[in-house]
Amino acid sequence: MSSTCSCSKEFVDEREERLTEVIEKYRGVRGALIPVLHEAQEIYGYLPFHVQKRISEEMQIPMGEIYGVITFYTQFSLEPKGEYQIQVCLGTACYVKGANLILEKFKEKLGIDVGGCTEDGKFSLQACRCVGACGLAPVVMINEDVYGGLKPSEVEKILKKYQ
Amino acid sequence: MQIYRAHALVCRGTGCSSHKAEEIFNELERQLQDKKLTNEVKVVTAGCLGLCKSGPNLVIYPEGAIYSGLQVEDVEEIVTEHLLKGRIVKRLLFGDTEADAGIKSLDDVGFFKRQKRIALRNCGVINPESIDEYLAFDGYKALTKVLTEMEPAEVIDVLKKSQLRGRGGAGFPTGTKWEFAAKAESKQKYVCCNADEGDPGAFMDRSILEGDPHSLVEAMAIAGYAVGADKGFIYIRAEYPIAVKRLRLAIEQAKEYGLLGENILNTGFNFDLEIRLGAGAFVCGEETALLTSIEGKRGEPRPRPPFPAVKGLWGQPTLLNNVETYANVPPIILNGPDWFTQIGTERSKGTKVFAVGGNINNTGLVEIPMGTTLREVIYEIGGGIPNGKEFKAAQTGGPSGGCIPASHIDTPIDYDTLVELGAMMGSGGLIIMDEDTCMVDIARFFLEFTVDESCGKCPPCRIGTKRMLEILSRITEGRGEEGDIEKLETLAKNIKAAALCGLGQTAPNPVLSTLRYFRDEYEAHVRDKKCPAGACKSLLDYVIDAEICKSCGICAKNCPVDAIEGEKKKGPFVIIQEKCIKCGTCVEKCPFDAISAS
Ligand SMILES: Cc1cc2nc3c(=O)[nH]c(=O)nc-3n(C[C@H](O)[C@H](O)[C@H](O)COP(=O)(O)O)c2cc1C
Ligand code: FES
Repeated sequence: MSSTCSCSKEFVDEREERLTEVIEKYRGVRGALIPVLHEAQEIYGYLPFHVQKRISEEMQIPMGEIYGVITFYTQFSLEPKGEYQIQVCLGTACYVKGANLILEKFKEKLGIDVGGCTEDGKFSLQACRCVGACGLAPVVMINEDVYGGLKPSEVEKILKKYQ
Repeated sequence: MQIYRAHALVCRGTGCSSHKAEEIFNELERQLQDKKLTNEVKVVTAGCLGLCKSGPNLVIYPEGAIYSGLQVEDVEEIVTEHLLKGRIVKRLLFGDTEADAGIKSLDDVGFFKRQKRIALRNCGVINPESIDEYLAFDGYKALTKVLTEMEPAEVIDVLKKSQLRGRGGAGFPTGTKWEFAAKAESKQKYVCCNADEGDPGAFMDRSILEGDPHSLVEAMAIAGYAVGADKGFIYIRAEYPIAVKRLRLAIEQAKEYGLLGENILNTGFNFDLEIRLGAGAFVCGEETALLTSIEGKRGEPRPRPPFPAVKGLWGQPTLLNNVETYANVPPIILNGPDWFTQIGTERSKGTKVFAVGGNINNTGLVEIPMGTTLREVIYEIGGGIPNGKEFKAAQTGGPSGGCIPASHIDTPIDYDTLVELGAMMGSGGLIIMDEDTCMVDIARFFLEFTVDESCGKCPPCRIGTKRMLEILSRITEGRGEEGDIEKLETLAKNIKAAALCGLGQTAPNPVLSTLRYFRDEYEAHVRDKKCPAGACKSLLDYVIDAEICKSCGICAKNCPVDAIEGEKKKGPFVIIQEKCIKCGTCVEKCPFDAISAS
């Protein structure tokens, strides 16, 4: 996410246009709601109300059903996320190697709970289940970066990199 | 095609990518240009070799030298020494690959010697983004054979004779499942692939998808022909972006080459494939939930029968198999069922891929013949337990499975022996645990997972697992009560009997299995308020060793609740147990390692 102000007219329009393209692309495809939500979330970073409403109208799916689907799947978010999304893996391999201690450290250093976002919008913290890099346990992902073999004492240093 | 003197394969699976594989790759290309070797040495992006822990990995053929744990600076040395002068850089070779006379072949290295690679046959060997390389390794030969020489019923017959069983968990005979789908009557049928890989701590399917996507595409087309379907869906977790990208590419390439789409190989057979992404719901790995999710709805399971082979996607007959199951199909078609049944045990044929993780030296991916013992996996392939610790138990089958204690380390691993032990094959996560792991805490961990992932449709799973978690949490926090263990057992029995789908029916397994082998550990928590493994924080006492303490006061300064008393330079500090919240900060901060928990 960039720091561009989202209230500027052009910026909003560009996103709306991209959403229209996505909806058009899936017109006539069966079971397209989930792929459309995925791509809409990629455009907006989360799924705001007006986006759900557009999708509901264009795809003729009741709002209730859309809300039901969004809340069923953990990857869909109704809230904006931080600029840097921290995902601490709590899969089995990572847990056995002390991932919960890493998570505690992130909570302590950021002063937020799992699912929360720091006040400045910089970091959001999530626990996830296995990113498929179990060989490197314990694993943390910050946006696209994967950190393996972490120790709780290294958490502070990593956060510094993003500040 | 250009002939090269040597091939340098850089593993760029997820594990190695996080180890800066890309920088190694770029540096390698740069160095080769520098030394004018680009016409002689070909650099190839490859999939996972299985040696994830020691990444980034680079393999150079024809010698088969595995270089691991590389730094960017090492690349120049490898290029000048190995590729230019032909001298292997022993210092950088992986573990025990070095022999007196140069290096051992892959097959002789401890990590690979016991393995037999069928499903992973191309992983780490070919460039997954090139259909030509797949073709050069007998790719799409099985599809050609099936379409030009075999009747659908013959294909099913071969699979039945091979005795291949599903690798997604339950081990249902694959040929029989294909026969059900083939016999179902309908104009429209579907072939689906379960690439949701929900078991936390497992990444077998991911490596196949990233390392050899064409084998899945080929196998699904074969399945389409055998059961009479012209449309397929691959349901894959969105958490696997590299796999999704490579699969998309593979489908495009196959279409370009006329191996997918209309009138494949001029035989009149049509088959098209589509990818659908999951969105982070474990229950969507269950087959009926998965199909509901492809339909674009909340991925809630439904009772079976009817089974998907009769009534699946949009009410039509649907064949669903796991990634690894499909990956076994082309070699079986090409080599025949007798070849396959020679491998493995009486009732479990072939191999199984395991993602070995946890407290073990070589974490990574291994493919072993069914019937290999746990001891061989841990000590011969896995290189043993780190830091001289004792092996305590291995967990298979993830949140639906159970544990195998050290006393059963010599059991041959196959579908049936694991069930007898109260564990299960599962999809292939194999977590090794050492003496410091608390089995009650592990059971609690899995229950927390199921409570999180229960879809909420049926009460036994939604409410029952929650009650079990509450009891387990209180036991690990030192608030366990007499009778708690019995309550757990009753709940477990009822949930198993009453839950709607596999998720709930198997959710109590980790508790039952740890109770079966480690009941004394539960009792120690409940009665003595002690954690024998020293893992449950609330049951630990932090103490400062008076002999080591230099009374520097750093611990007291960092204690968030002022539970440490003493005066600087005036004799050892002391932790006031009543105040201590067991956060562990002091242990971390003490410069002299004078504080420990017991
Ligand atoms: C809760 C639950 C989760 C499952 N997760 C997976 C999974 O992640 N991958 C998979 O292949 N099968 C999973 N299965 C098993 C599937 O329901 C199904 O049996 C399997 O995909 C069939 O393929 P196979 O016969 O090739 O093994 C799961 C089952 C349950 C009950
Ligand atoms: S368990 Fe953390 S990456 Fe697999």
